[in-house]
Amino acid sequence: MEQKTNVIAEDDKQEILITRTFDLPVELLFKAYTEPEIIEQWMGTKVLKFDFQKHGSFQFSTSDPKGNKIAFNGTIHNFVTNQKIIRTFEMENMPFGVQLEIYEFEKLSKKTSRLKQSVIYQSVNHRDQNLKLPFKQGINWAHNRLEGILTKSK
Amino acid sequence: MKLRRDVFQAIADPTRRTIISLVALQALTPTAIAENFDYSRQTISKHIQILTECEILEQEQKGREIYYHLNPNGMKEIAEFIEPFRKLWDDRFNKLESVMKSYQSKK
Repeated sequence: MEQKTNVIAEDDKQEILITRTFDLPVELLFKAYTEPEIIEQWMGTKVLKFDFQKHGSFQFSTSDPKGNKIAFNGTIHNFVTNQKIIRTFEMENMPFGVQLEIYEFEKLSKKTSRLKQSVIYQSVNHRDQNLKLPFKQGINWAHNRLEGILTKSK
Repeated sequence: MKLRRDVFQAIADPTRRTIISLVALQALTPTAIAENFDYSRQTISKHIQILTECEILEQEQKGREIYYHLNPNGMKEIAEFIEPFRKLWDDRFNKLESVMKSYQSKK
């Protein structure tokens, strides 16, 4: 089955490659990564700072289900409009390290486009930890909900 | 192939999955692991034993305490981690697509 989103994470590599095709013109896809109000809508994060220019920096924040604040930040290394963004990304006060992200935007047709997102981590271990995060969050959130229910019933 | 089957059996159980997620964040003693559950120490010990036998967890003696940590080689067997990761991005991209579609129609 052809999936719209693909993830390649080979053993013993420091990177993850994510590809996705969109029913969107490449200009709109690119815009989704460069306009703070739009980023807020689809990332579900608050954008505290977003200075989209070469060597400009950005900061996002979000809350986990327990209400703890999680902040992220990074720097725009370089970009080519409608083609490429190279930036760093880091979760603050967490042991997951900083990552280098290379976004390549490709026009497929007038109305469709493809995104190639390479993420390079500090080490194979950091890569593996980051890869496992959604799996762990899924479990932890389920666990927290269960905990909440158990606490209430006491 | 025997190891692989064992690994999947090990992570099929929700309690064992929770243990994996706890230990993935930091090495823990059996007592510290058990504190997260309402089950008896024996039940949790049994789960830890299974995870150790499947080489997902590794024991490490630190002073008088035994700590369990994730065996990174054991975890490599589990392509299953990729699917939650892919799902997260798929959901995120679907959101992006719908946000941009309504943005486009507003213009």
